Amino acid sequence: MSVRIGVRSRLAPAVACILLGFAAAAEIPPGERRSGYEFMSRETRAIQDDDAGNPGMLWVLDGEALWKRKAGATDRACFDCHGDARESMKAVAARYPAFDPALRRPVNLEQRINACRVGRQKAAALAYESKDLLALTAYVARQSRGLPIAIAIDERTRPFLEAGREAFFRRQGQLNLACAQCHDDHWSGKLAGSPITQAHPTGYPLYRLEWQGLGSLERRLRGCLTGVRAESYPYGAPELVDLELYLMWRANGMKIETPAVRP
Amino acid sequence: MARAIVNAPAQAKRGEIIEIKTLAAHAMETGFRRTQLGELIPRDIIRRFTCSYNGVEVYRVDLHPAVAANPLIAFTTTATETGTLSFQWVGDNGYSVIEIAPIRVE
Amino acid sequence: MTTRREFLVLAAASLAAPTAAKAQLDPNLAAKRKAAYEEALGKVVGGARVRAGRVKLQLPPLIDNGNSVPLSVAVESPMTAADHVKAIHVLTQRNPLPDVVSVHLGPRAGRAGISTRVRLADTQTVVAIAELSDGTFWSDSAEVVVTLSACLEEGLI
Repeated sequence: MSVRIGVRSRLAPAVACILLGFAAAAEIPPGERRSGYEFMSRETRAIQDDDAGNPGMLWVLDGEALWKRKAGATDRACFDCHGDARESMKAVAARYPAFDPALRRPVNLEQRINACRVGRQKAAALAYESKDLLALTAYVARQSRGLPIAIAIDERTRPFLEAGREAFFRRQGQLNLACAQCHDDHWSGKLAGSPITQAHPTGYPLYRLEWQGLGSLERRLRGCLTGVRAESYPYGAPELVDLELYLMWRANGMKIETPAVRP
Repeated sequence: MARAIVNAPAQAKRGEIIEIKTLAAHAMETGFRRTQLGELIPRDIIRRFTCSYNGVEVYRVDLHPAVAANPLIAFTTTATETGTLSFQWVGDNGYSVIEIAPIRVE
Repeated sequence: MTTRREFLVLAAASLAAPTAAKAQLDPNLAAKRKAAYEEALGKVVGGARVRAGRVKLQLPPLIDNGNSVPLSVAVESPMTAADHVKAIHVLTQRNPLPDVVSVHLGPRAGRAGISTRVRLADTQTVVAIAELSDGTFWSDSAEVVVTLSACLEEGLI
């Protein structure tokens, strides 16, 4: 039986993956999705569970202060337009990356915050992975804690989702590994003593014990790419945002944990 | 900017042992790490943490580079009288942070 | 162009010169660190005998990441003026430096202890020593297994 792989076909990725030797390219079924939280030791989970001991809260508190700080030529704070973040930012992080009509492509939360800073506050953009951007992103995402990830895909965002999915299944780097090989096929196994998780970005920005600081999903993805000895993309690259869109969509229904703690 | 988070009860019964949890924002640079060019990154850590109760030191910790970044210090003290719990972190390069927490004791 | 003679002289000179060898790990590292631990222990207790007991040191046996390991010490003591814990010291046997924390407290603490998070460089033994008001020393130790993170960033951000 011959198989035609058409670009538009919904089955195309599944067929392509079978031909390339992967397990079925369907995402992990919703009932089987497990947060990285479940792969950690009891003690590390305890760090995340207690706001009084969760180092990520230091950034969240910084973010709370930044939310009220006036900035830019307009001398306005986030608060001046958005009011109390606990109300206005509820469920926002759960639907990012989201489509930006001006750029005609999805943007992540960090880019959305910078778009506000530059476009509305007339202030300078915050550098990727800077303390301030991490703090604001953590503060905004914290307002979605406990809420389910809800990435809605429509005809505008579908091509970017497919690009992200294609990247997830593509072998790359000197180690010639695809994300799917570890995170779809071998989660719950181990890589050099560390548990392999399903790679759901439920708690970003998060406090990583390895970093001894808070970091973004892009930092983690860049680390993974470096890990398979592939050339990493710069922060904010469309390739990274497409992958973030796919990863969040793949984790639909899972609860936001920001600021999470991970090894 | 949040330099430290202190979790202590606002009120307690006289003689009650209360739990205090503190978290300080600090990289705790060990002095053993090197840059990619091989240069040693100098030590920069919190050296001492003190808790005072109405001006009397009730708990003190000497910290060394083996304490993890963003140090958590959790301990107990006895609620003796109404007043102020004062927490101070002192470290290299003039680092000094003070947080206070009022406490009402019945 | 280097003549054959010059080349041989240079080669001989480089073999004879002591190499800086800064990048090499000291082959006696474990022994040196153990010795440093013994010295630090000596500074804490003087010549006094250290008894096992009364101290409970808690560490996860297999830790997620050596950069931040939750550690708790609790010492049994009535914490009265007459009978209390004066100090708690935590030491490691294989870290670059043996000292971790020293706690100074008194009866007002209510309970003698500390909870914190520490860095552990290697699979090793961690020791907690309590100094009581009567001058006696008590201790507990815990073995930890430390593995290296699978994907290191190696300074790339």
